[in-house]
Amino acid sequence: MHIHRLEKIWLGIGISMLAIFLIVLGTMAFSMGMAPPSQHHHTIDPAKVSETAPFDKPGLIQTGDKRYEAVMVAYAFGYEPAEKLEVPAGSTIDFMVTSSDVVHGFAIVGTNVNMMIEPGEISHVSHTFDKPGEYLLLCNEYCGTGHEYMATTIVVK
Amino acid sequence: MKPFDRKDGKLVLAHLLFAFAALLIGGIAGALQGMVRGGTLTLPANIAYYELLTAHGVLMALIFTTYFIIGFLYSGVSHTLGGQLLPAARKLGWYGYLLMSVGTVIGVVVILLGKASVLYTFYAPMKASPWFYIALALVVVGSWLSGYGVFYQYRKWKKGHAGKLSPLFGYMSVVTMLLWQVATIGVAIEVVVQLIPWSFGWVDRVNVVLSRTLFWYFGHPLVYFWLLPAYICWYVIIPKIIGGRIFSDALARLSFMLFLLFSIPVGFHHQLMEPGISPFWKFTQVVLTFMVIVPSLMTAFSMFATFEMLGRSKGAKGLFGWLKVLPWKDVRFFAPFMGMLIFIPAGAGGIINASDQMNAVVHNTLWVTGHFHLTVATSVALTFFGIVYWLIPAVTGRVLTPAMNRRGIVQTIVWCVGMFLMSGSMHTVGLMGAPRRTAYTTYNDHPDAVLWMPYETAMAIGGIILFAGVLLIVWNVVSLLRAPKGETEYPIGEPADKAEPTPRFLERWGMWLGIAVALILFAYTIPLIDMLNNTVTSPGYVTW
Repeated sequence: MHIHRLEKIWLGIGISMLAIFLIVLGTMAFSMGMAPPSQHHHTIDPAKVSETAPFDKPGLIQTGDKRYEAVMVAYAFGYEPAEKLEVPAGSTIDFMVTSSDVVHGFAIVGTNVNMMIEPGEISHVSHTFDKPGEYLLLCNEYCGTGHEYMATTIVVK
Repeated sequence: MKPFDRKDGKLVLAHLLFAFAALLIGGIAGALQGMVRGGTLTLPANIAYYELLTAHGVLMALIFTTYFIIGFLYSGVSHTLGGQLLPAARKLGWYGYLLMSVGTVIGVVVILLGKASVLYTFYAPMKASPWFYIALALVVVGSWLSGYGVFYQYRKWKKGHAGKLSPLFGYMSVVTMLLWQVATIGVAIEVVVQLIPWSFGWVDRVNVVLSRTLFWYFGHPLVYFWLLPAYICWYVIIPKIIGGRIFSDALARLSFMLFLLFSIPVGFHHQLMEPGISPFWKFTQVVLTFMVIVPSLMTAFSMFATFEMLGRSKGAKGLFGWLKVLPWKDVRFFAPFMGMLIFIPAGAGGIINASDQMNAVVHNTLWVTGHFHLTVATSVALTFFGIVYWLIPAVTGRVLTPAMNRRGIVQTIVWCVGMFLMSGSMHTVGLMGAPRRTAYTTYNDHPDAVLWMPYETAMAIGGIILFAGVLLIVWNVVSLLRAPKGETEYPIGEPADKAEPTPRFLERWGMWLGIAVALILFAYTIPLIDMLNNTVTSPGYVTW
């Protein structure tokens, strides 16, 4: 099949850029620990979230120097624990989240924390909060009538 | 000039009119819902925001598009593959139309009764009325029958023209319908095997991760099902309308085959932020997703080559002189051309969305809504609008008048202005973190959310301008039905003189379908086994 010389150049440039981009993306994902969140199956019976550890006691636990684990449950239409999470600036929080009903979102405005919470699965993501402030954590997946009220805040001091 | 077959014209027109009725109702829902989000309107207590959003999504993305596409493909198949539809093909077209229409009516009634406010993605374990899922199944099965009609007409044509290359329009229609048949298998299994028995209460629980995967196996090729008919207009129709030639018949066919191969095994790029799928398979599908950039670049090259060759043949000088001789005042060119132009930022946005881990920046924000309002609601929609100005006259034996042409130009400009405001604001505020699919809220006046408000107001203004655009196109369609009687040619482009003969391997359907199936099996088998082995299932909920 005949391909015009200019089209060969055009496709050549395009395909090379694509290849470089994919190599950069793949390298960052797999050798720099930036793969998308919560990749492996980590399952729970979605009807028994409130009686399954650690989700029977949602909350913030200090696990090290400036390191915390946040165990959270997303439900229609809010997050547990109900009270605000508070950590000092520079802290890393390892979030562990599941849903006790439908599919929810879990996004922290102004950060790259953005993941789906699905019943039966436990989603994981970690983030280091360097700047003090009151971070808005919201549900960005439609979950029902009160979806727009589903949010909480993380206070970084 | 042979006039368009009257019986086929009725079938085509029935599809087009249903499509524009859906556009009008979906447009009303869209405009209202945009105003609610912008905080300029509060709905009466008996109408819910998410009910309107569901109606808007279903009517625009599923009904308007599918009806228009089937009507358009049948018109071209009738015209290029024998001059009229064979009785069996026409019957399949009408049966398909009937099934889809029954499905649409049931679906819309169930949505407006508030029994299915689950949006057009109907993610389990939100449980809609079983009739909502049955309605969707009827629409899909109806569209299958229409697809069989296209295949039947093509096969009969090939038998009667042994050894001859099929007309480009017919070939592209077959690719489009083949893509649709393969893609809808996913959603059909989800709806029939998982959701209908579950929503009737015959089974208690549903595998959520599996249902989402089956949905997105269908959901991404769905966007190519919208796009390929627009490409048929760009490749086959536009060269004729502007008085030029098709740059290369062979490359046009090759690009369609590449779309068939690379638009299906890629659904995970809609599920990048989800649990239950390994990062290896997510990245594999990201790479496969990006392969569609190759036929997209080929399409862009072909379009501009056609334009430049025409300009140069008319004596245009300089690097961009050929731009001046294009028929800007002809809506049949102008509307699809604006669609092409807007596809450049739209496609770039799509590349951003599918970029694996970088999807975290935009996932489920208004950026995504802004993105598909450029792709389907501008590139595809404007191309479809551009088609009606010659298709309705051609199938009804009428002619486009200069006044209607002018109103068409105005409609196109109104659409572009409204979309610039709406989609531009959506993209910007999405990057700031504003979520999609969310009613008016300031999150207790959180400072970040308060900053989004001016953009959401701009979105509402853009939405109102777009609604004016919907009213204008509906007015134009109605005027076209009353246009003066006359003969309108069905514009089918011819390949350029210098173009070489098309290689025959492009029409070896078994080979291409085989490669497509192999790629799908490669991309999905292991993740699906993994999902079936982790049978964590969830009960259903009605949260609206």
